[in-house]
Amino acid sequence: MITNQETRGKPSTEGMKQYLSAGARAIPPSGIRRFFDLVSASKDSSIISLGVGEPDFVTPWHIRDAAVYSLEKGKTQYTSNAGMPELREAIAEYLSKQFHLKYEPDDEVLVTVGGSEAIDLAIRALVEPGDEVLIPEPSYVPYNPITSLGGGVPIGIETFAKDGFKLTEENLRAVITPRSKLLILSYPSNPTGAIMSYEDLLPIAKVVEEHDLIVVSDEIYAELTYGSRHVSFASLPGMKDRTILVSGFSKAFAMTGWRMGYACGHPDLIGAMLKIHQYTVMCAPIMGQVAALEALKNGMEEMYRMIESYNQRRRLVVQGFRDIGLACHEPQGAFYVFPSIESTGLSSEEFSMRLVKEAKVAAVPGHVFGKGGEGFLRCSYASSVAQLTEALERIGQFIRQL
Amino acid sequence: MNEFKLKILDLLKEDARLSASTIATMLGADEADVSAAIAEMERDHMIVKYATVVNWSKVDDEKVTALIQVECTPERGRGFESIAERIYLYPEVKSVYLMSGAYDLQVEIEGKNLKAVASFVSDKLSTIESVIATKTFFILKKYKQDGIILEEVEGDHRLLVSP
Repeated sequence: MITNQETRGKPSTEGMKQYLSAGARAIPPSGIRRFFDLVSASKDSSIISLGVGEPDFVTPWHIRDAAVYSLEKGKTQYTSNAGMPELREAIAEYLSKQFHLKYEPDDEVLVTVGGSEAIDLAIRALVEPGDEVLIPEPSYVPYNPITSLGGGVPIGIETFAKDGFKLTEENLRAVITPRSKLLILSYPSNPTGAIMSYEDLLPIAKVVEEHDLIVVSDEIYAELTYGSRHVSFASLPGMKDRTILVSGFSKAFAMTGWRMGYACGHPDLIGAMLKIHQYTVMCAPIMGQVAALEALKNGMEEMYRMIESYNQRRRLVVQGFRDIGLACHEPQGAFYVFPSIESTGLSSEEFSMRLVKEAKVAAVPGHVFGKGGEGFLRCSYASSVAQLTEALERIGQFIRQL
Repeated sequence: MNEFKLKILDLLKEDARLSASTIATMLGADEADVSAAIAEMERDHMIVKYATVVNWSKVDDEKVTALIQVECTPERGRGFESIAERIYLYPEVKSVYLMSGAYDLQVEIEGKNLKAVASFVSDKLSTIESVIATKTFFILKKYKQDGIILEEVEGDHRLLVSP
């Protein structure tokens, strides 16, 4: 392990970096962040951004109103570390109704500050230095650096457009070693929109059992599937105890800024995560918890309305890219399309940069999502129909003049 | 009323200018089927008109609008139908509803100014034989109309690029 002992000295003209831990130094800044800085720096208001990773809906009013009312009533205190009991009960009930999962609200449900905290807690609670964490890619970015911070070794598993960006048994087996400890599953997928059906997950569960792996299943986009209902990995035979389910309110209920998430799993695992959680954040903010409870109690109808709207825009954008002449596999979940730009001969990076400058459309280059992302572009369709139509028009024009 | 037509109406009431081909793509349907359904709904007067929602307070040519509660005696055999018709045929009448409760018809009137509305009520509405009483309420500001918020909504607060 690298330490910072050798390099430490007095503060000097070189700045303060010498004081940083080796871990903090080693993790790279997010590729998305870099792209964000570039787009923001241009300050060009005519840019249409398809790079946004959150719903274009504002949190439904009844949810906001519930939070405002509870503030007026003076609900400004800590809650129990694991989250308000009535919220944990509502989460358990919701998971049972929507995904046939049975969790005990008392010791199997933990309310966290966004799904992000739950991911951090799960990896921290399970990964020891040298443990290998298997991450199907292209993938949401944080799993990799969080693993590295704890001394774990992230192992990317490339997935392919020909398989609909699903994780296959074959590709999983190919990377397994005696140090493999954790498998991250993140379906519906950001950035590819891929989903895994029961039949797709079954062989994965077999490998998990065979090699004694634990699975962190990030199902934050679970409600956003089109055509078929989401299947939770924890609902597969024998997988409940081996799975830490991570989810939250951000995507389904348009509540990104509230930072409300949760983790569910075996009491031993959730208990360990709760220990870390109580030392680091105490509890999730009570305002967010009140809002989340309202979302679960009265927010389903509005949620289905939003999902229907995403589905309409998904069809519009997939068709749009195909009309332009870019190969685009059909995303079955989340709110992203992941068209291939290989036919243009440009790299993802080059394509995205030129697209912003020449066509005034921002989309995230695929390579920032890890293995298998090069040659693709992540475009969010959580924008108005008018914006999407205009963006597709501009992309089409840009490609024709290449 | 089938579900397909409802879905088309849901899209059109948000944006009447969506083309049949865009609607077809958004619903994963055939363009010809969408066009046929729209034509059918137009024929059956299910789709009555493709109008524009105007925020008149933004237009220089400002108008005065009033809601009038009308009490009247229904006619034998025809109920309120012919009274309603006598009222709604005036072009300054924007809407007429038959109501439950303390009064019978709610009439929305639009006029160039206060005087125009007042004279409509006294000269035309009150003089209809079966009208017993009217109560006029002037609208001071419209916030939302037909499910559409008229105030300018604040723009997109989202970061341009996020994970």
